[in-house]
Amino acid sequence: MQTITTAVKTKKQYRGVTRWGRIARNLGMILPVIIILGLVVIAIFANFLAPYAYDKIDMRARFAPPVWMEGGSSAHLLGTDALGRDVLSRMIWGGRVSLSVSLLVIFITAAIGTLMGITAGYLGGRIDSLLMRIVDIAMSFPGLLLAMLLSVGIGPGFHTVVIALSALGWAGYARLVRGEALRLRNSDFVAQARVIGASPWRIMLKHIFPNVLNPLIVIMTMAVGMMILAESGMSYLGIGIPPPMPSWGSMVADGRNFLDSAWWISLFPGICIGLVVLSGNFLGDWLRDKMDPRLRQL
Amino acid sequence: MSNIVLQVEDLHTSFFTRMGEVKAVDGVSFFVREGETLGIVGESGCGKTVTGLSILRLLPEPGGQIVGGKIIMEGKNLLELSKKHMRAYRGKMISMILQDPMTSLNPVYPVGDQIGESVRLHQDLPENMVEAEVISALRLLRIPAPEIRMKEYPFQLSGGMRQRAVGAIAMSCRPHLLIADEPTTALDATIQAQYIALFEDIQAKTNVAIIFITHDFGVISRICDRVGVMYAGKIVETAPTRDIFKAPKHPYTSALIHSVPRLDRKDDRLYSIEGQPPSLLFLPAGCRFCPRCTVALDICKEQEPPEVKISENHSVSCWRVK
Repeated sequence: MQTITTAVKTKKQYRGVTRWGRIARNLGMILPVIIILGLVVIAIFANFLAPYAYDKIDMRARFAPPVWMEGGSSAHLLGTDALGRDVLSRMIWGGRVSLSVSLLVIFITAAIGTLMGITAGYLGGRIDSLLMRIVDIAMSFPGLLLAMLLSVGIGPGFHTVVIALSALGWAGYARLVRGEALRLRNSDFVAQARVIGASPWRIMLKHIFPNVLNPLIVIMTMAVGMMILAESGMSYLGIGIPPPMPSWGSMVADGRNFLDSAWWISLFPGICIGLVVLSGNFLGDWLRDKMDPRLRQL
Repeated sequence: MSNIVLQVEDLHTSFFTRMGEVKAVDGVSFFVREGETLGIVGESGCGKTVTGLSILRLLPEPGGQIVGGKIIMEGKNLLELSKKHMRAYRGKMISMILQDPMTSLNPVYPVGDQIGESVRLHQDLPENMVEAEVISALRLLRIPAPEIRMKEYPFQLSGGMRQRAVGAIAMSCRPHLLIADEPTTALDATIQAQYIALFEDIQAKTNVAIIFITHDFGVISRICDRVGVMYAGKIVETAPTRDIFKAPKHPYTSALIHSVPRLDRKDDRLYSIEGQPPSLLFLPAGCRFCPRCTVALDICKEQEPPEVKISENHSVSCWRVK
């Protein structure tokens, strides 16, 4: 009888501890997910949420400061830029471009790179040499030149930016994944899979792929920031998304001449970029811990 | 006499390296019967493992290649099968427990999934039947509480349990032949004894033929019905286990048995065979054991000894045996 009561008690205590413990431990997941999801939702509903159109010019209200500063007004909560466009509205619209470009490019590049990397690493031999030479070419090709050629060829725009960033970006993933696949190919559990009669495709998909996921996801989350910055770089050179459509990157670039007087033009989109990058990195860390079954139980 | 499950005839397996052709297995013939355990014993590098891998056609690539011979199972020569057809044999008809079973489990899947993978690959069963097969495989390996164990990840199992889980993968489709490549080497003596008893138990239940590859004569004496002694890519003596221990005919066999430490004799130094096995790249002209043999004749240096049958089950390749 006594043992039963003790068991019940410990279970209750255990539950009580974990309710808060779980939230605290998973803060590394909860906060980034809220931030990223929130920004994505805002970006999706930009046309409803933004108080002004992103291209509405109001020359009388140029360089209006944010609402809490002297001279700020509630008409422009985060102030206006050099053409009197509402910074908050542009930021909300800019999230669309920045987030969709970076997420799309990351998924495309990671998918291509993983496919190439696993194939090269597992099959080895001539296929490996061939694929790795293509990777060498992709890595040594100047990305900016390709982006410029593409924007001349098919005209600047969303597609051009995605294609330009994807066309070369997969090479890094391919090299990382290939190295992992090469290591795993000689592991005992892959030999075991061969012994039970698994086909090469099955081994690549079921035994190698899940084991390369951890480093892959870490690199993918790190890439969020890089892609946002790459897109802004392209916008800055005039080969990105053409104005007046804003992106966070191009907003930062727009405001760089007025940093000493109208810092808000650059700062707020900059904060958005920082938040996304940081959230991505935290989420990556959390995922890596969760996906390792050895750490999952703890 | 029960049926012959596997017959290997004059198997030649070579590795093609920059230095030249390494004849790892050079004309090996043997057979295994249903419910029988054949031991293959020899020093490191004598071709035991390569023989096992050749049967499954899973030689390390590039370089490893079967250059001649026949491997016959159910009247078919496995060496003539297509790659796809051969895959259907692996796991279903022939299974293998690899040299280091501890690391043979994929860390990202629960063990039940890995046993189930083999079942799903070879049998078209609904999901609940697969689970039943997994549990029965775990039971066969005497893993307690299989319903719970099957959901656990490899890192949650002890070494002995992992070893059994690998055995359960191998036995999940009830193969006709099980090749065990030194599965006991990494175990301590008590677990080793348990594991060997487990093999005997499995064999009694499933009537599987086992090829037991080892370098340990102690293990051989416990489990094997017949033994093939391998030296430098050749089988030099084949005999029932009892005969091998009682009356070894080949000088290499007797030297090997002599070098097993014994508790009932007080020796100052453990006996060891002088010298090294020959390089498989540059094999001597005559008998391969000749340079290390204490009773070599003149003819041993010049000609390879033919295989002599001294009784129905006992054959030796040595010039001393007539």
